[in-house]
Amino acid sequence: MTSVLAVVEQRDGALRKISHEVVTAAHRLGGTVEALVCAAGPVKGADQLGKFGADTVVTLTNAAFAKYAPEGMAHAITERAKSGGYTAVVFAASATGKDLAPRVAAKLGVALAGDVTEVGVEGGAVVATRPVYAGKALLKVKVMGKPAMLSVRPNVFTPVERPKAGTAETIAANVPAGRVVVREIKAAEAGALDVAEAQVVISGGRGLKEPGNFKVLEELARAFGGQAAVGASRAVVDAGWRAHADQVGQTGKTVSPTLYIAVGISGAIQHLAGMRTSKVIVAINKDKDAPIFKVADYGVVGDLFEVVPKLTEEIKKLHG
Amino acid sequence: MNIAVCIKRVPDSETRVKIGSDGKSLDEAGVKFVLNPYDEFAVEEALQRKEKAGSGEVAVFSVGPAAAQETIRTALAMGADRGVLLQSDKIPADGYITAQALAAELKAGNWDLILFGKMAIDDYNQQVGPMVAELLGLPCVTAATHLEIDGAKGVAEREIEGGIEVVEFPLPAVLTADKGLNEPRYPALKGIMAAKKKPLEVKPVQLGAGSIEIVALTPPPQRKDGKIVGEGAAAVPELVRLLREEAKVL
Repeated sequence: MTSVLAVVEQRDGALRKISHEVVTAAHRLGGTVEALVCAAGPVKGADQLGKFGADTVVTLTNAAFAKYAPEGMAHAITERAKSGGYTAVVFAASATGKDLAPRVAAKLGVALAGDVTEVGVEGGAVVATRPVYAGKALLKVKVMGKPAMLSVRPNVFTPVERPKAGTAETIAANVPAGRVVVREIKAAEAGALDVAEAQVVISGGRGLKEPGNFKVLEELARAFGGQAAVGASRAVVDAGWRAHADQVGQTGKTVSPTLYIAVGISGAIQHLAGMRTSKVIVAINKDKDAPIFKVADYGVVGDLFEVVPKLTEEIKKLHG
Repeated sequence: MNIAVCIKRVPDSETRVKIGSDGKSLDEAGVKFVLNPYDEFAVEEALQRKEKAGSGEVAVFSVGPAAAQETIRTALAMGADRGVLLQSDKIPADGYITAQALAAELKAGNWDLILFGKMAIDDYNQQVGPMVAELLGLPCVTAATHLEIDGAKGVAEREIEGGIEVVEFPLPAVLTADKGLNEPRYPALKGIMAAKKKPLEVKPVQLGAGSIEIVALTPPPQRKDGKIVGEGAAAVPELVRLLREEAKVL
């Protein structure tokens, strides 16, 4: 029986939702799934992983794991990966996973297929597909490392419930003191969702005319009742209207929300690179020839200052 | 301060992607190649650090084909002192192989910092920097948007979901640069002329295939044709109906 290690994440002692996606992706590789989380103590929500197909949930504990500890966690995960004879190790391609997975791969001396959008097994080999060239092509690769190392793009692997009994185990991890230490986390505005993780992303571009007008998009985001985040095009980030953390595109974040609403964004290649894997795309733009309409599922041609408030009103009706 | 910067020659992001006849690679005919945009932040940071320190050198390293000399010259034109090309016609899909080649080359140097862009915009691998750090046994911070160095101690910031991590680390270290770290300079004419005379060493390397095998490179699935729902605010009720009943996302 083969076994796959799913490296999941917690923050402040609570399991991060992306963990469900990691376990779901790991399950596609067949065999049993062991979910592994590094934490300072018990992780709230870890017992839910059985519901998504984890056969075992292992918590590696160390006081240093209260915050992200790149070196300690890489060490602990590597030791675990070496001990179990796993066929594959799956990470999230989150901010943490993108930092952690290459470290573990190098320690194990194997390749890493990062930020994949499809995984499977063909002829006994782990295969994965990754968007390359700004999403203008898909690269399908055989990952032949032992174990095969993967990280999965957030919001792509929709969690599937397949309840298992799910046993739990806690192991104290002995790790050397880290040289790279997270001193502090400056949290974004309370309750603000990250564009990379939100189910709904509403992004604004130059069509907004001035920074203050983003409040129109923020009101629409609020109408979605805490599921939506406001993103931005490169043009408005470069102009200093919005933070780089909110930028969607090649030099910003890659997002795959259920619903992406592009407002006053023309749709340059570099923006499309960051959002073309969204499930449904809506474009609102006054220029009917804007390239964004070519990738949009639904388009509304018109003045965003009339269209967006009307949309906010209609969404409020649904959620009210 | 001695700083190594690892850079990559990549197709311009505006390039129209045509798949090669092997069905596994990019057809490079007519493709314009540039210095990877994230590497520009790394080169700029190195130049500013050296200027601040008042002494030292900025050396640029790249794994790539002979044409990557041009990419190295771009970094030299920005102000780097010398370049080394580890020449290989093919860059393996396995980033660990690239990391091994770079680590072997960098091992002998006495670097205070080794900088990378956080990822290359062609293969999106985002892994060679931290892998080199592991191979050299150096501390590493990825995707830095802010950096302060005081003696042998550094503080960097990196963006995480919903916040910013403030990270402390000792030098020497490996760092990968994200947008926001600085504003890269454009090479001035004087710099471009000077770059032609700067040392650029070419060393052929034999790279193994590694353990990633390319099965196919294909165009992304066509999104089904979208529709213009209508014009202005009057189209909104129909848009909402479609999102609910057809797309089922509301």
